[in-house]
Amino acid sequence: MITITASHYNTKVAHSRAIAEPAWIRWLLIASALGFLGLFLFVPLAAVFTEALRKGIAVYLAAFKEPDALSAIWLTFTAAAIAVPLNLVFGVSAAWAIAKFDFKGKSVLITLIDLPFAVSPVIAGLVYVLIFGLQGWFGGWLSSHDYKVLFAVPGIVLATVFVTFPFVARELIPLMQAQGKEEEEAAIVLGASGWQMFWRVTLPNIKWGLLYGVILTNARAMGEFGAVSVVSGHIRGMTNTLPLHVEILYNEYNYVAAFACASLLAFLALVTLALKSLVEWQAARAVTTNE
Amino acid sequence: MNLTLKKPSVLPGFGPTLGYTIFYLSLIVLIPLSATFLKSTLFTWDQFWSAVTAPRVLASYRLSFGAALIGALINAFFGLLVAWVLVRYRFPGKRLIDALVDLPFALPTAVAGIALTAVYSTHGWIGSVIEPWGIKVAFTPLGVIVALTFIGLPFVVRTVQPVLEDLEAEAEEAAASLGASRLQTFWKVILPALWPALLTGFSLAFARAIGEYGSVIFIAGNMPMVSEITPLLIITKLEQYDYAGATSIAVVMLVVSFLLLLIINGLQWWSSHRYGR
Amino acid sequence: MSIEIRNVQKNFGDFSALNDISLDVPSGELVALLGPSGCGKTTLLRIIAGLEFPDAGRIHFDGEDTTQRHVRERQVGFVFQHYALFRHMTVFENVAFGLRVRPKSTRPNEAEIRRRVHELLNLVQLDWLADRYPPQLSGGQRQRIALARALAVEPRVLLLDEPFGALDAQVRKDLRRWLRRLHDELHITSVFVTHDQEEALEVADRVVVMNKGVIEQVGTPSEVYDHPASPFVYHFLGNVNLFHSRVHAGFAYIGEVELAAPEHVGAENASALAYVRPHDIDIQREADGDSAFKVVINHIHPIGPVIRLELGREDDGEFIEAVLTHERFRELNLQAGEHVYVKPRKVRIFLQD
Repeated sequence: MITITASHYNTKVAHSRAIAEPAWIRWLLIASALGFLGLFLFVPLAAVFTEALRKGIAVYLAAFKEPDALSAIWLTFTAAAIAVPLNLVFGVSAAWAIAKFDFKGKSVLITLIDLPFAVSPVIAGLVYVLIFGLQGWFGGWLSSHDYKVLFAVPGIVLATVFVTFPFVARELIPLMQAQGKEEEEAAIVLGASGWQMFWRVTLPNIKWGLLYGVILTNARAMGEFGAVSVVSGHIRGMTNTLPLHVEILYNEYNYVAAFACASLLAFLALVTLALKSLVEWQAARAVTTNE
Repeated sequence: MNLTLKKPSVLPGFGPTLGYTIFYLSLIVLIPLSATFLKSTLFTWDQFWSAVTAPRVLASYRLSFGAALIGALINAFFGLLVAWVLVRYRFPGKRLIDALVDLPFALPTAVAGIALTAVYSTHGWIGSVIEPWGIKVAFTPLGVIVALTFIGLPFVVRTVQPVLEDLEAEAEEAAASLGASRLQTFWKVILPALWPALLTGFSLAFARAIGEYGSVIFIAGNMPMVSEITPLLIITKLEQYDYAGATSIAVVMLVVSFLLLLIINGLQWWSSHRYGR
Repeated sequence: MSIEIRNVQKNFGDFSALNDISLDVPSGELVALLGPSGCGKTTLLRIIAGLEFPDAGRIHFDGEDTTQRHVRERQVGFVFQHYALFRHMTVFENVAFGLRVRPKSTRPNEAEIRRRVHELLNLVQLDWLADRYPPQLSGGQRQRIALARALAVEPRVLLLDEPFGALDAQVRKDLRRWLRRLHDELHITSVFVTHDQEEALEVADRVVVMNKGVIEQVGTPSEVYDHPASPFVYHFLGNVNLFHSRVHAGFAYIGEVELAAPEHVGAENASALAYVRPHDIDIQREADGDSAFKVVINHIHPIGPVIRLELGREDDGEFIEAVLTHERFRELNLQAGEHVYVKPRKVRIFLQD
């Protein structure tokens, strides 16, 4: 299973003289690393905000008064508000079955859960076109009953669910495996019912990992572009999410408005990173007080 | 897949949670993905083969895989450097920079795309500096490499960083006491220990870059045969209602993705069994 | 509350963890399941608790079949090896947990819960830690809290999995004595698992020695120590010298030495193993008939209250270990390199198949 451990709590750097580099090498390495990050991370991030404010704050704010922008913001939040709880329930459920029980085919299941990470977002959109499009399996039935999935909100939600599918599960599985099942067994021996055990013992133990997964899911859900782009149909004011709105404005050479909307998304990304660091810090504190 | 009987356990909920997991997985992921493969069986082999080997398609593979490979290599090198600097040295602003490394995970790809285009176009902050030297980034294959480097940046850092943190100073001290120079210690002691993590991070960055769409299309220029990536070609075919062509190319990409996923899982299995992590 | 285990069988795949185990635990006793790791003792304990299910066989509590009874309804107290304290709850809430999760109809009110929890915390002498969190406690304190938590549900049976396994030597000793005293106060039927023979012999009323999924011997500590029923028990409980021998018509022959073996009168020229504990070996300056070995003293190690001798048999060079008291050692005035005679005071002979 793919695991990216962004959590690095211990910075126990107590290296002796004998194995330290000379100062000039140290500073050369730091400078190269920062130079690389500057070129690829910091300068583009700064560019988003400067481009957005190029023509002053009034023009910047005007971009958000557009009805199309407002509806895009609304749709973005709606899609995330549906996708996040769905994948949250799935993630907890999958992690419970996988981390606390032994069964055949477990590693296959874990690999399958990771699949959406390996699939191009464009293909994630394509699969729903193949199913719900007019040429697709259910396309005919849907159009004869006047249901719209493709080029409508349900399709956008489905694509969002697909691309954010593994985040919560992937965060919880290693955590719950590491915690073992003794505490849950103790709760059962002491007479707790299944739900009592879950709410009183399991959930408090996984809350930081869960929150972490939710933050990642939410960030990806609000920012997804490729998959949503395929299924959305780009109907302004109807099926445009905020990232798609950015693209439309940009292609219309309305750079200030495009970057204004982009700056809102960039701001959300920064908030995400801040929350993520906060959760990491809290989880680290929970770990160290446990030792 | 054989999911027959687990060992009995007093913990409740195995049936419902596993059942729901498989149901939801099938509904959202497995059935839709298998639809792609089933659709592709409707075409004859010749149709399929000519769709996936057309010159324009082959050119897009070359760009997508080539640029993804170069981007992942850049990230392997600099990712290791960044991880090293973040773990081993102290400098002002380190914690902030550490947090910002994850920006490509959090920033919507479309935002990354227009931001990189703005910076690397001939009028941009960086593009205008390097243009006099004859280097053009935006709207060339070089731009694709820049975008793919950006979105793959955190992978190597975040896989190597924890391993580097857990490395025991004793091994390096032992090497030093046995007379190894610092560089020899790095090559012979540190790098071999980081190798599985580095390879995993590289593969993840590569896999992500192959399928990337949003950040690339703004900066690439999207000229057929020159700067058109494979995911864009799928969308182009879709917009022309060429479902057969789009599906065929998608099948090729899916197969590559599955293989990469298996390789990555294998790598992680290898590193966990070899180094007990 | 007595526990009867009848013909319990448990396999993990091809591995037979428990092979036709039957055992009675009388009411009020403190019983140790003793054996090396992998002998099945923890599996047996978890089956008694209802945390695992036997493939065959039955478990009775006071004659009543509880095999199918869920662990929640068995009224057992279980102390986990690593305590399994709820890390996000205070000590108080940990102990109160079993009372709080009861259905409304049988749940005590808040005042009663407070009273009971403090009573239990006083019993384990840790009332002053009520507001702490488990991570802030020492290993010994966690152990006692885990015990208080298990007792809160008024279990009919108390089960402890390696209760002292994760503790320092000194804390282990204190807790052992404390557990014994607690058991004498409460008289609740208790079973604990251990791989430490000293622990089992010191604490338990009865010891069940297990090996490779079967019970080797059940008995009081002195029974299993003084009269081991099998070579395995001999080896497992303390150091032992082993001699290859032949048994014929009531006598065992080890090299030139002849020893009486009245329990094997019927054996004819059978090969056998003779076991002698180091402290059952007497050292003499002079030969005493045919029943003594001539040995050379290789090393002398004073170890605390006793002297340990490494001896080499003169006939075949085999190593023998003997333990003497300081008095006896001074009396004999032994030096390394000297030649002396060794006479087993007590021998146990097991015929080989």
